[in-house]
Amino acid sequence: MAKENLLYSKDHEWVRREGGFVVVGVTDYAQHELGDVVFVDLPAAGKALKKGDPAANIESVKAVSDVYSPVTGKVTEANARLSDNPELVNQDPLGDGWIFKASVEQASELDELMDFPKYEEYLKGIAGE
Amino acid sequence: MRYLPLTHAEREEMKRAIGIADVRELFTCIPGGSCFPPLDRLPRALSEPELTAAFREFGRRNAFAGHLSFLGAGATAHFIPEVVSYLSAKGEFVTPYTPYQPEVSQGSLQAIFEYQTMMAMLTGLDVANASLYDGATAAAEAALLSVRRSGRPRVLLAGALHPEYAAVVRTYVQNLPIELDVVAVDAGSGRVDAADLEAKLDERVAAVLFQSPNFLGVVEDGGTIAAAAHGRKAYAVQVVAEAMSLAYLRSPGEAGVDMAVGEAQSFGLPLGFGGPYLGFMAVREEFLRQMPGRLVGQTQDLDGKRGYVLTLSTREQHIKREKATSNICSNEAWCALRAGMYLAAMGRDGLARAARACHLNAAYFAAGASRLKGVRVVYARNFYNEVLIETRQGSAAELAAALKGKGILAGVPLSWFDPAQKNRLLLAFSELHDRAAIDRLLAAMGERA
Amino acid sequence: MNRLPKLIFELSREGKVGVGLNEADVPAGPAVDEGLLRGPVADFPQVSEVEVVRHYMALAALNYSVDKGFYPLGSCTMKYNPKVNEKLAAADELQAHPYTPHDLVQGNLEIMARLEDWLKELTGMAGFTLAPAAGAHGEFTGMLMVRRCLQEKGDARKVVLIPDSAHGTNPASAHFAGYEVREIASSARGTIGAAELRPHLTPDVAALMMTNPNTLGIFESDIVAVAEALHANGSLLYMDGANLNALLGAVRPGDLGVDVMHINLHKTFATPHGGGGPGSGPVGVAARLLPYLPVPRVRRAGDRCEVVYDDPRSIGRVKNFYGQFLVMVRALAYLMALGREHVGRVAEDAVLNANYVRKKLEGLLDLPYPAPTLHEAVFSDAGLPVKTLDIAKRLLDYGFHPFTIYFPLIVHGAMMIEPTESESKETLDDFIAVMEAILREAKEDPERLRQAPTSTPVRRLDETLAARKPVLRWRKGEGR
Repeated sequence: MAKENLLYSKDHEWVRREGGFVVVGVTDYAQHELGDVVFVDLPAAGKALKKGDPAANIESVKAVSDVYSPVTGKVTEANARLSDNPELVNQDPLGDGWIFKASVEQASELDELMDFPKYEEYLKGIAGE
Repeated sequence: MRYLPLTHAEREEMKRAIGIADVRELFTCIPGGSCFPPLDRLPRALSEPELTAAFREFGRRNAFAGHLSFLGAGATAHFIPEVVSYLSAKGEFVTPYTPYQPEVSQGSLQAIFEYQTMMAMLTGLDVANASLYDGATAAAEAALLSVRRSGRPRVLLAGALHPEYAAVVRTYVQNLPIELDVVAVDAGSGRVDAADLEAKLDERVAAVLFQSPNFLGVVEDGGTIAAAAHGRKAYAVQVVAEAMSLAYLRSPGEAGVDMAVGEAQSFGLPLGFGGPYLGFMAVREEFLRQMPGRLVGQTQDLDGKRGYVLTLSTREQHIKREKATSNICSNEAWCALRAGMYLAAMGRDGLARAARACHLNAAYFAAGASRLKGVRVVYARNFYNEVLIETRQGSAAELAAALKGKGILAGVPLSWFDPAQKNRLLLAFSELHDRAAIDRLLAAMGERA
Repeated sequence: MNRLPKLIFELSREGKVGVGLNEADVPAGPAVDEGLLRGPVADFPQVSEVEVVRHYMALAALNYSVDKGFYPLGSCTMKYNPKVNEKLAAADELQAHPYTPHDLVQGNLEIMARLEDWLKELTGMAGFTLAPAAGAHGEFTGMLMVRRCLQEKGDARKVVLIPDSAHGTNPASAHFAGYEVREIASSARGTIGAAELRPHLTPDVAALMMTNPNTLGIFESDIVAVAEALHANGSLLYMDGANLNALLGAVRPGDLGVDVMHINLHKTFATPHGGGGPGSGPVGVAARLLPYLPVPRVRRAGDRCEVVYDDPRSIGRVKNFYGQFLVMVRALAYLMALGREHVGRVAEDAVLNANYVRKKLEGLLDLPYPAPTLHEAVFSDAGLPVKTLDIAKRLLDYGFHPFTIYFPLIVHGAMMIEPTESESKETLDDFIAVMEAILREAKEDPERLRQAPTSTPVRRLDETLAARKPVLRWRKGEGR
């Protein structure tokens, strides 16, 4: 998945638009910070989300991280492959490591996300700290 | 002083290295007025012989030795093989830290892995944790787990749950949005009242906690309770206060319950006036990630060798902090290790024989007591190692006091927990009792009653 | 060659007999319905006694322990566990059943009352509960008392403030006590003073949970002002006493305004860690919280001891029976051996040892918080060519247990070192020399560290595999 075409949040989630829906995962930076992912707590289909709500939960050996929903909407599907293969989040975070899909109720919320160049800048800023 | 190895010369050298003249200079960060208050109200230091004499004096002020005891109700005197005392006393088992550095802790880790396995086998469930504090707090943790996993706010407690266990569950939930309700005891059978259970089960109930064998000594029909709970998609949790029963009675897993929790003091731990004891929890696979407490898991090292580590730590407080499955950190690790030693030493058949003896001794007593005029055996069948009797004249406390005068601690009067139950006495039997001891008990009761 | 022990189940053979008992000699048959019985437990171990002994001896040989060597673990206080205490705790005369009538166990009740006397005198707290089974259990108990106290005033409040340097049990315990946790940032100095606290003192704050000295080893010198600010806000001060070893005999938390604190008998009071437990976490309270102490409580009545079971204002029972009694026995024996002559020396030597090690390592490692420290110090991995984990694993090759790593969270790659007063100067010098050698290796041959340990029975166990594919028990037929 071309990273240039994705949108990004400050919490290192990526978002891909698919019509009135979005696909959400975590970025390469996030999986690197987490270390080896051992378990992903996936949201149930139909679960209602508000922008900023913790939608899923990723566990590595030594840490736990919430995945926040970038939109207000409903979960339509979660990536069931992650149940048996949580390592996909490490191996292919932008592709097979996707976490959930959701419907979008307010398209304007997507405007609050960063595009790729802005995310790159953001990462540079973090590295500089 | 022998616990303080620094010599005067060494202290001087170290102070020079640090650049101070007086150790007190290291404490100037502490508000002056409260630093180094006089300690002359404290007793003077005792040498080892003086210390030993002081504790012998404490022991002399205890006067229970020599009494024949039938006390139970959550703690029971069982036979402890000498190898268990010998091996568990080794410094390599007593003095290590928690095995967070697994390369130098394989002894502790493998021993606990074996303990977890044996508890899973005994309970007939999928996985057991590395220990909780005791049976009462284990029951509380099971209630919390059930609420967490189901999202439902209500927990039913069987009326014949050990009163101290029920009290601890109440303490644990007092500030949480969890409701407790009690299911009545059917007086005729001494078991959970099926009609009351059915009436109280609804979609808001997360779990039913029942004890078996229960506080009246009665073995519950776990299968029926589990079926009722599952009918409403609630969990069935069996609480076991006498772990030895797991080696004689049908396992909680076989009965169909979801979790088994309780007290494993019976597996090689001394009575110790109440602690440290050993809380256990075993659950079906689906509850694994919600389980509190430490877990030891098998893995391999860089060279492909089998080894053991603490695992699934993300459930715990040091990672999830306020979102953890429990706040537990230190557990009863040494007690679990000792229990594993006991189970290994007794072995499959030794354990089965000890467990059977506990029941047969209780059965012998029940048969004898039923022939006494002054008492009634309340539940003459389907008990394990505890028998509940009712006095026909005078209170149970009076009977116990009279027998105490004859050197017999004849059990726990239920009035201690519920003043209304004036005539009931619960007696516990273990493999340490024999025919002569029980005959002596019956004779003393016969004289009195 | 390092051959690792088999599992006890792998040693098991049909027909082997362990410790035997005779069948019960009573003429009685089972009085239980057939369907409620089980047969012998399938696949349960069947081994002979000599095999049991050898099995556990082999396991013992794989363990590091305080008896074997130094544990520089921060906030764990891995001090020496006196052997005479083990003997005293095993004495038959103390092994009463917890439901033994009180007139027959006056010695045991006196032990509990005497321990409480010592703890009150050393901490300046007005009363104690000896019931909690560990530090975290004590924290939970303490926070329940805080809530009950405020509830009685008609305002239970919702929030507990916890510093970012706190141990994970603090927020977890506050949560289970029904509170919402609000984390507050430590100052640049690493401490929480009245200045850091005041902006957070809203009317919904029930308490601040503070570790003192904190997890950086720094004494919270503003604690009196902090306590005053809290009290003025109608809030209480909880002190996590895990680091009491720095203060024993030197400072009484009760004199500083602390309302409630837990202590760890398995840290400060030399009871053994046992590979992870049992501990014991008595909780001391200021006078205003006395009514809420859990039951049962032991109290003196003339020359006898009695037990209080009912108290409507108590938070209730937190544990079965009395508490970790045999752990209390060890703690009391420790204190009686130290006496007034030596108990003050514990903190002095612990702090002297820690400052000696700090001084020697300061030149080699980054010390992010340079304020004076007491019984422990925390270094970071700043400027190091290797990870903290690699240094820790290399220490194993030199025969030392590593220090605490990656805690507290506010220090990057934290290395938390607490020597305790049990360590001789020789051991400390040895440890310092080894650290110097390892840090040299880190510059000259960092790969050596990344491959460490090479001399332990197993090396760098795969914790990811353990968590991804949990195997939490042995099962027959699953040969691995």
